[in-house]
Amino acid sequence: MSKDVLVIGGGIAGMQASLDLADMGIKVYLVEKLPSIGGKMAQLDKTFPTNDCAI
Amino acid sequence: MPDQNEDIRIGVFICHCGSNIAGYLDMEALEEFAKKLPHVTFVQRNLYTCSEGGINEIKKGIQEQDLNRVVVASCTPRTHEPLFRSSCGEVGLNPYLFEMVNIRDQCSWVHMKDTEQGTAKAKDLIRMGVAKAALLEPQEPIISEVTTRALVIGGGIAGMTAALAIARRGYEVVLVEREASLGGMLNALNQVGPTMMEASDLVQEKVKAISEHSRITVFTQAQVTEVQGFIGKYHADIETESGVKKIDVGVVIVATGGRALVPEGLYGYDGKRVVNQLELESLLKGGLRPDVQNVVMIQCVGSRNKERPYCSRICCQTAVKNAMLVREQNPEARVCILYRDMQMYGVENEEMFRDSKKKGVRYINYTPEEPPRVEDGKVQVYHALLGRHMDLPADLVVLSTPLVSHEDAETTSQLLRVPIDENGFFLEGHVKLKPLDFATDGVFLCGSARFPSNIREAVAQGLGAASRASIPLSKGSVEVEPIISVLADEDACRGCGLCVALCPYGALEIQQTEKGRKVHVIDVACKGCGVCAATCYQHALSINSFTDQQIGAQVDAFLAG
Repeated sequence: MSKDVLVIGGGIAGMQASLDLADMGIKVYLVEKLPSIGGKMAQLDKTFPTNDCAI
Repeated sequence: MPDQNEDIRIGVFICHCGSNIAGYLDMEALEEFAKKLPHVTFVQRNLYTCSEGGINEIKKGIQEQDLNRVVVASCTPRTHEPLFRSSCGEVGLNPYLFEMVNIRDQCSWVHMKDTEQGTAKAKDLIRMGVAKAALLEPQEPIISEVTTRALVIGGGIAGMTAALAIARRGYEVVLVEREASLGGMLNALNQVGPTMMEASDLVQEKVKAISEHSRITVFTQAQVTEVQGFIGKYHADIETESGVKKIDVGVVIVATGGRALVPEGLYGYDGKRVVNQLELESLLKGGLRPDVQNVVMIQCVGSRNKERPYCSRICCQTAVKNAMLVREQNPEARVCILYRDMQMYGVENEEMFRDSKKKGVRYINYTPEEPPRVEDGKVQVYHALLGRHMDLPADLVVLSTPLVSHEDAETTSQLLRVPIDENGFFLEGHVKLKPLDFATDGVFLCGSARFPSNIREAVAQGLGAASRASIPLSKGSVEVEPIISVLADEDACRGCGLCVALCPYGALEIQQTEKGRKVHVIDVACKGCGVCAATCYQHALSINSFTDQQIGAQVDAFLAG
């Protein structure tokens, strides 16, 4: 069985899943339909409740 | 101390953070100011230093301007320091020759209405950061091996799910449950929404899978009494009926759950005719008496008040679900839910809410100023739309009480040195960046120990915590930040042990050496908090990247302003 993983969608959920998988030593292919990953998060300024910059 | 002959070339990158900083501070003045600071050979302003473009500028600066120290004046190191550090590392500059100055949280945000003073403060902070940067020394990460076994504390749905997920990945799990059997709060539940599955079926399925799994060891009627160590090497004592078991684990998951508040003294609660939702669950399990024809439920009992300001979130779903189950058992029964706001998030829950209205469950709003009154056989409530009080007959009154933290949460929090909030729930490392991790490496959390969660959330969090915990387990080793305490001056140490007693992480010990009693730093356990260095009257201990010289230089730079 191939141990590589395909993650479809490069928003916050897809990015976190990809990162955690890669940290476990698994090769990940992350596919995003837009020119850059980040999804809706990349369009936000500050996020509640910590006021962290979303980017 | 850095090599005196080394030519120190500091690059300062000042971030606009869009308009977060640039909208409130005089950025040009900051740039001009930074250019004149000692050792600064390059200054650049960026729209977003953390963006790909900004990062490339830092890399370019290191490569083309031959920078050997980097200072970024931007936001908080909590979120961005790792990124900037690793960017330095990618082009061959030791990541610890980087210094971050927070001119957003500490200047533009708090001095929004005073550009002049805010800018002056930013100058102070940049001057201090540059002064420290000049004295920074390279550090190497510390590598430590990981025991590939997990400890899961709590055998409810979240803990059982986490234990199974880790075991199925191939690692050993020790699951510790305080009660005699696994299942947690599910054992007290009847049917669970929105699918109306039997809670006992769910428990049995999980318990069967766990008992059949060779890699899971379960201790029931047991509790964790001692935890020592650090990520990869935790040692725990588990008190069981057959004595204390000592186990070594690499990671710990806290899944200790919550409990339903027993509303003593509220709305005539007696556990018989006035019960809470958990007690209704067991009434429904045994079958409702047929003469229970009028049921009134009151929401937000003991929550969203001064004492317990939070919304427990899951009681509305529970009430709606149980209202329908009451109607299923006694089809003629009149069920009325008195609520403040209905919290029915999620598609299935909204659907269940609509369905309940169709099936005749009645809803009446009340305000905390005019709460319902429970009297013998009836509940009086003020109906705002009708503008008058109504008497609702009640054979059974059900109080929807919040989930509250478990009594032993505080003990667990002290054992593991992880924080709890003002309501006694465990506090995650960061609401968005580390929702299932504690700030302490190698300790994770899931389920109602964190905040009241329904079964679906507890399962999702259990899987999530298991996944996070599997990262160090699968790597087999961990890299630890080298910003730790070091015995910088061994001769000065008299082995008094004051620092050992004060270290909150158990990272110091006294060793007998050729030179006598000396303190020894267990580097992987040290968090670099600095308590020991601040305590040591001999100045024998020092914190990497926070040495006395470096902090002294910052103070001098501040006073020079």
